[in-house]
Amino acid sequence: MSGVDVIVVGGGPSGLSAAIELRRRGAINVIVLEREAEAGGAPRHTDHLGFGIRDMHRLLSGPRYARELRERAEHAGVDIRLATTAVDWPAPTSIQVADSRGLSVIEASAVVLATGVRERPRSARMIAGDRPAGVLTTGSLQQIVHVHRTKPGTNAVIVGAEHVSFSAIMTLRDAGVKVAAMVTPFTHHQTYSPLRLATATRHRVPVVTGANVAEIHGHGRVEAVTLTTGRRIDCDTVVFTGDWIPDHELARRGAISIDEIHRGAVIDGSLRTDRPGVFAIGNLTHPAETADVCALDGRHVAKPVAEWLDDGVWPGAGCRVTGASPILWISPAVVHPDVVPRGGHVFMRVSAFVERRSVVVTQADRVLWHSNIVNSFVPNRSIHISAEWMKRVDPDGGEITVALSTVPV
Amino acid sequence: MADAAESTADDVELIDVAVIGAGVVGAAVARLLAHHRVTVMLVDANSDVGAGTSKANTAILHTGFDATPGSIESRLVARGYALLREYAPEVGIAVEEVGAMLVAWDDEQAANLPALVAKAEANGYHDTSIIDAAAVYSLEPHLGPGVTAGMLVPGEHIIDPWSTPLAFARESIANGAGWRPLHRVATIAVGNDTTLVTTTSGATVRCRFVVNAAGLFSDAINTMVGLNTFTIRPRRGELIVFDKLSRPLLRRTILPVPTAHTKGVLVAPTVFGNIMLGPTAEDLDDRSATGSSRRGMDDLLAKGRKIVPSLLDEEVTAVYAGLRAATEHSDYQIEHHPDLRYVCLGGIRSTGLTASMALAEEALDRLRNCGLELIRKDSDELVGVHASNLGEASTRLYQTGGCGPIVCHCERVTRDEITAACTGDLRAVDLDGLRRRTRALTGRCQGFWCTAEVCSLAATSDGRAVTEWLGVR
Repeated sequence: MSGVDVIVVGGGPSGLSAAIELRRRGAINVIVLEREAEAGGAPRHTDHLGFGIRDMHRLLSGPRYARELRERAEHAGVDIRLATTAVDWPAPTSIQVADSRGLSVIEASAVVLATGVRERPRSARMIAGDRPAGVLTTGSLQQIVHVHRTKPGTNAVIVGAEHVSFSAIMTLRDAGVKVAAMVTPFTHHQTYSPLRLATATRHRVPVVTGANVAEIHGHGRVEAVTLTTGRRIDCDTVVFTGDWIPDHELARRGAISIDEIHRGAVIDGSLRTDRPGVFAIGNLTHPAETADVCALDGRHVAKPVAEWLDDGVWPGAGCRVTGASPILWISPAVVHPDVVPRGGHVFMRVSAFVERRSVVVTQADRVLWHSNIVNSFVPNRSIHISAEWMKRVDPDGGEITVALSTVPV
Repeated sequence: MADAAESTADDVELIDVAVIGAGVVGAAVARLLAHHRVTVMLVDANSDVGAGTSKANTAILHTGFDATPGSIESRLVARGYALLREYAPEVGIAVEEVGAMLVAWDDEQAANLPALVAKAEANGYHDTSIIDAAAVYSLEPHLGPGVTAGMLVPGEHIIDPWSTPLAFARESIANGAGWRPLHRVATIAVGNDTTLVTTTSGATVRCRFVVNAAGLFSDAINTMVGLNTFTIRPRRGELIVFDKLSRPLLRRTILPVPTAHTKGVLVAPTVFGNIMLGPTAEDLDDRSATGSSRRGMDDLLAKGRKIVPSLLDEEVTAVYAGLRAATEHSDYQIEHHPDLRYVCLGGIRSTGLTASMALAEEALDRLRNCGLELIRKDSDELVGVHASNLGEASTRLYQTGGCGPIVCHCERVTRDEITAACTGDLRAVDLDGLRRRTRALTGRCQGFWCTAEVCSLAATSDGRAVTEWLGVR
């Protein structure tokens, strides 16, 4: 058994950034548990530009960004335990780990969960049909292409039309795989127009809207898909993109509150869970934001962790924030007095395209905040709203609701 | 026909018994034959053992309490239960005695329970007991509202359905049996003393006796030897496997009470630490229709929501569909023909996993009746096999250490387990085979994190290309 101040579970952008910042704050003894053979997380395999803008103020590729994070961690003296899996909680802030020597326990005073997110696979989406080879997620596709430099197929259908779906297109085209179609149940793609435009002109990928994949055909290998509209598309590869689910197993084994909708950890503006000494950061708390946003979470958590190590004070339940339909979820979803989330904003998602709405935050019947302008909201896209209203929350005033309003301000 | 069969096969080595079909039944037969002084060849159309009907079932080791008393199935399930319960722990097949409970959801079902107790007694199973609704909820607090009564069957087990046929086949090979994958039988010519079995791959097996354990194709094999006693009517069963986080919701297998109108579904823990919901029962004509259907999944979810409502809050890890080799008859179709030197094990449905070792004994008895002399090898001649137990109830290799890092994180499969599964006798030849040998890629992420790494290890282990492992054509 060994003891440290802080265990960070997960060596991706948020976990590494947390550990680096904790080290910068002084002689905090911190270790990062990374189950893979190399730290850096998902960006390691996302081999195109788009990383590091908000945290490093540079435009990097995923692998380059991951390397930069690793180098900064090494420079900061972060102890990264590779090929080490966090298994369970033998005590409130201790972690049982598995590595190539078997099981052992690491004791700590604080735990920061940074276990990340994955895409729901075909089975979790309950798509009918046989189980042939050639059914992938963006994550598995990008690892296969990046690690093996090999073509995973010849002709693909992409399920989803959000940012990550376009990332999958780039990977497929780099690998020399033709993209037969991109399929989304929404009326429109959900990425930013320039990205869509680039894809349309450079890659000529048809986007099929208002449809989902109903069935996968093929015995040994994918032969085609049938859409919910009845249309059949021949292909030998299907890539399921987005539809994020946090890797919440350790959080749930620790009986930490989980958001009913996004299934990640419920946190307050200081990234505290409801379990004393346990913090949650990155896409475990907001599935899914870009890597640089997760990295900023990691930096932000260092101060509250240091305060907890110093004073051992943990807040009570706080006020819970929920979204009214079509708002799916809000994160952070707990408000404590005098706590302002990083960047002064909260994240949210909507379930449908909505035009010209303002945002209204209420507690009981009291309006805490009303946005001054109307906006359009896009499903599967990151939405930030001001958290300025948090200072007006009554700690004893009960639940807070965020809603979209047609009423002009 | 007979003359032709014998004249063209002089150059092919004569073996004693060809076992057609390497599912759990055929592999069990080959294993037991290999304990005797006979030469055995196990042939299968697939590239792997247990890759047909045996790979998708409810993974339960049945007591046989609800079989039809007096049937062949009743006798063989009871015998097979005793044999496999003893064999499984010896060779490292995960098995857990979790018990089962039949749950009645209305008065009609509750009224059927005493008859089921009597049926169990008639089948030689004496440990059942009927309990009231309050007792049901105290044992299984996560069951949905509306339970009227329950019946406990404490002897029901759950078992690893993938390791079982693999253990049988490995043991048969270790004791001298031959193994011919990718050999789909095309013709069978029965001569005066020898039988010629040809396969679509162009091979010929010259043998004295044939055992038909061809599952979904057992009627086709029957036809090849000139018999027409049954027709396979594939019955599709769809299954949904829920995330391991659901496992605490149940302690034991929850079985439906059969009534005249409905045949419900079961909710069972698995030895891998999940909860399984299913199966549907849908009669089909297509023997390759192993796909799941929207209707089947919706039906299962509706039924599961009533049985364990909170199960539906968990993520779905996998959806399977399997075809049971049902026939127009209700019982197993076991026959032997001394004139043809032929034994048929047909119509073996979902109880085949439980009955497999008893079916092997039955097959050997009938081979004797067909004139095969079976002399047991001395015990010091027999080679045993042992595989690492894949069950969550046993100590896994990642826990003891020394097997390299964990590669498949969801199922916690180590590097050395994957390497071992891709080398040696009866190695995995595709990712499905690797899944059944190690659990790798079967977990909640379905390969999101480890597909590339698993393929790297597999390709390094057996020298084939990564694209072959990925199934790229």
